[in-house]
Amino acid sequence: MPSSLVDGNSLLAMDIGAVNTRAVLFDVVEGEYRFVALGSAPSTAEAPFKDVSEGARNAIRNLQAILGRSLLDPQGSLITPGQPNGSGVDALVVTMSAGPAIRTVVAGLLKDVSLESARRLTESTYARIVETIGMNDLRRPEQQIDSIIKMRPDLLVITGGTDGGATRSIKKLLEPVGLASYLMPEEKRPSVLFAGNEKIGDEVRNSFGPITSSLHLSPNVRPSLETEDLEPAQRELAHMVIGIRKRQIKGVDLLDQWSDGHILPTAYATGRMVRFLSRVYGSKKGILVVDIGASAALISAGFKDKSTLNVYPQFGLGENLAGILNHTTLEDILRWSPLDISNGVLRDYLYQKSLYPSSIAATREDLAISQAVTRQALYLAMQSARRDFPRNIAGIKPNLTPLFEPIIAGGGALSDAPRPGQGLLLLLDSLQPVGVTTVILDQNNLLPLLGAAASQNSILPVQVLESGAFLSVGTVVSPVVYAKYGTPILRGKLTYENGVEAQVELKYGSLETLPLQSGEAGKLSIQCLRGADVGFGRGRGGTIPVSGGALGVVFDGRGRPLDLPADAVRRRELIKKWNWTIGGE
Amino acid sequence: MQAPVNHIVGLTTIVRERLLPFAGSVVVRLNQKVSPNDIIAEANWSREHTLLDVARSLRISPLAAERLIKLKVNDRIPANTEVAVGRGIFPRTVRTQREGRVAAVGGGQVLLEVGEAKLEVKAGLPGTVVEIIPNRGAVVQTAGALIQGVWGNGRIDTGSLVNIAEAPDGVLAAGRLDVSLRGSILLAGMVKDAETLKAAAELPVRGLILSSLYPSLVALAREMRYPIMVTEGFGALPMNSAAYKLLATNAKRDITVNAEIYDRYSGARPEAIIQLPTFSDPPIPHEVVDFVPGLQVRMRRPPALGMIGSIVSVPRGLTTLPSGLRAPAAEVKLENGETVITPLVNLEVVG
Repeated sequence: MPSSLVDGNSLLAMDIGAVNTRAVLFDVVEGEYRFVALGSAPSTAEAPFKDVSEGARNAIRNLQAILGRSLLDPQGSLITPGQPNGSGVDALVVTMSAGPAIRTVVAGLLKDVSLESARRLTESTYARIVETIGMNDLRRPEQQIDSIIKMRPDLLVITGGTDGGATRSIKKLLEPVGLASYLMPEEKRPSVLFAGNEKIGDEVRNSFGPITSSLHLSPNVRPSLETEDLEPAQRELAHMVIGIRKRQIKGVDLLDQWSDGHILPTAYATGRMVRFLSRVYGSKKGILVVDIGASAALISAGFKDKSTLNVYPQFGLGENLAGILNHTTLEDILRWSPLDISNGVLRDYLYQKSLYPSSIAATREDLAISQAVTRQALYLAMQSARRDFPRNIAGIKPNLTPLFEPIIAGGGALSDAPRPGQGLLLLLDSLQPVGVTTVILDQNNLLPLLGAAASQNSILPVQVLESGAFLSVGTVVSPVVYAKYGTPILRGKLTYENGVEAQVELKYGSLETLPLQSGEAGKLSIQCLRGADVGFGRGRGGTIPVSGGALGVVFDGRGRPLDLPADAVRRRELIKKWNWTIGGE
Repeated sequence: MQAPVNHIVGLTTIVRERLLPFAGSVVVRLNQKVSPNDIIAEANWSREHTLLDVARSLRISPLAAERLIKLKVNDRIPANTEVAVGRGIFPRTVRTQREGRVAAVGGGQVLLEVGEAKLEVKAGLPGTVVEIIPNRGAVVQTAGALIQGVWGNGRIDTGSLVNIAEAPDGVLAAGRLDVSLRGSILLAGMVKDAETLKAAAELPVRGLILSSLYPSLVALAREMRYPIMVTEGFGALPMNSAAYKLLATNAKRDITVNAEIYDRYSGARPEAIIQLPTFSDPPIPHEVVDFVPGLQVRMRRPPALGMIGSIVSVPRGLTTLPSGLRAPAAEVKLENGETVITPLVNLEVVG
């Protein structure tokens, strides 16, 4: 047994989602941190409760019932630190994604420089850009002022100017933004984040300090024209988001107090874990984390020198769902459905689900619609996030998803899938990974909680990650090739640890699997046919070590980008066949 | 698990807080009787501004311009007011184009508020003011029947209730709307076409209570000047029997439709209220209750979307649903006699 490096502090981690609130206990078991148990309850940010602490208490009570020990005192307060009788916990961390999308106005100088950085910064949290003010904006200042006031922003993000550069333009930009804030009723004034030329920081403090609900300054997101550094501003923004939530939703301040300020937006905590993972486990390939739930779709990618974090409330599966039709068509959603569903039924579904975000699919038809919508939402999120990936990353073709190892997926829509095969197929369809990658399902949605815990205890995330708390779905081999349906494109030979071999011939348009159980390892020899590329080069094969998972080794021969037949009947038959092959049915 | 309650109740005490989003003036007094369209509180705000760049107009420095500006913050000025006069033999003059209020002066510029708008909060129900919330609004109370909906277009009105839906699954068509229905609030079924909404506006009606609305009509419904309240949702959905029965039995009574836009965070939701005379205050309905056998519930998702039923049992732990998902669920006996297993999150308590 490895010697313990930890002093045995127990940690309760809570996630306040739009639909569910979860309480997770991490504690030391046999000298190492482990995920012990999870209690969950419906979230209570919305009416009639309007107090997130109620849902938090309910989730903790459910956790108590599992653990058989008290975490709350008779008055309903969290017992900290842990008591000799086993009650209580030593620390609490909280992540939060509940709440309406934060209405944000971004202001910057140049469209492709500081405004682009402001957009990326804003997309790193649960915000929706409602207005953009730039140097090349042709509107008169008073029109800009009126537009900002009309949008009733919760947040203003101001960027622009390089450090040490000219200040005149940025000062000019501040005028309408500041005046708009000044003209709003005092209790409705937005929070302001200034992440531009640091030289005018004092001026910003003096002019904006008295006319905002809270003013934050962070290091410049564009210290020079060529350099973008979002991380410090993202950290500042994460704290501001919690501040905004405290004003919007009752009970956040209580959780902040219980956790001694260790409360973060779920997305930021996820991004922190991605940065950590890419530092610890990073290879030539990137690390991809995706999460889709009621509040938003999240894509975070970690590469050698850069990580990205994109949050898309517009692709969330909850109250904003009907708005997805501003970004896609009914036909594009229905292309993923194995059942013949009319446009009208889908449209009704989208609107009805927006009314009841917490409702779930009880029938097979409802599940088929729900999963088709999830596929398209995640597909759109991935396409949007790809714009922000660095250019010099490992990939097979520039227009395809880059090479990732591993892909970690979480969020209610994925972790609740009835079978791992359904979840995997959903990921393969929407993310369309290429080459060889391991797919891991964060079935208990632990990743953001570990990100939040890292600030309290740096050992805990490492030990929990390596403890098997995540479900390995399998290794996926996705060749990039174009061929006729049914043409062999790849041969694979899996050699198990006991020397037994299993072989597969992958035909274009099909999925195949070779069993390899979780915890087992093997060697996979790949022979590429017809110029197929799995990351070794066009037509080149190779032998690689692979680890097992719930579905073993999965070969996806459906082409990249995914080539769905135009004929609806044939397409639905194929989708049913793929589902059946991969164990989704 | 606690369940949200959708109120469909024949006699209850209804208490509603009516507040401005920011500070303003309260124009009612304690114990005052109010009608749904009476204003409770109001605030002025300016949605349009004009920025006069005096320094640029007079071609002088901002500092010099500030010395010449004759206005100060909060001055109310008519159109064509002299803002500043330059120096020299033929001095330039800066004047206001419109009347307004000076919002800010600085940096050689003057910011004027023009086109002031008034924000008003209406009572939304007939009743009595039972509490004043200084600078923000008041609490209004009444007793009567309450029917809550799931979607509203943000309008309020009161009128006599006329039932033109022969059954809960009726469809309202433009041809059904004749002059005898002018000024009424109509209990109608579902609306499938734009012509019907437009015909109701031309009549005009005082309001529509619908079971459902086609999603493609949502934008048009928002534009209608009369209130539209939807009880079930979107698509072709019959009205739940509890709401239909209660409304149908109250036909010809005065009804207020406050088709408030549903806000899941504040709890504001569209509702129809029929004020009824009472000797004492009837009980206030619960906002949440626990799922227990015997409870009357409404299905929020398929199967049997919109149907009313009663809980037979609530099994412990998770139940595997026909979709394959596992969730806490209840066995529900529907009004058509069928029994279904449905997840608790898909149920809404009616009462």
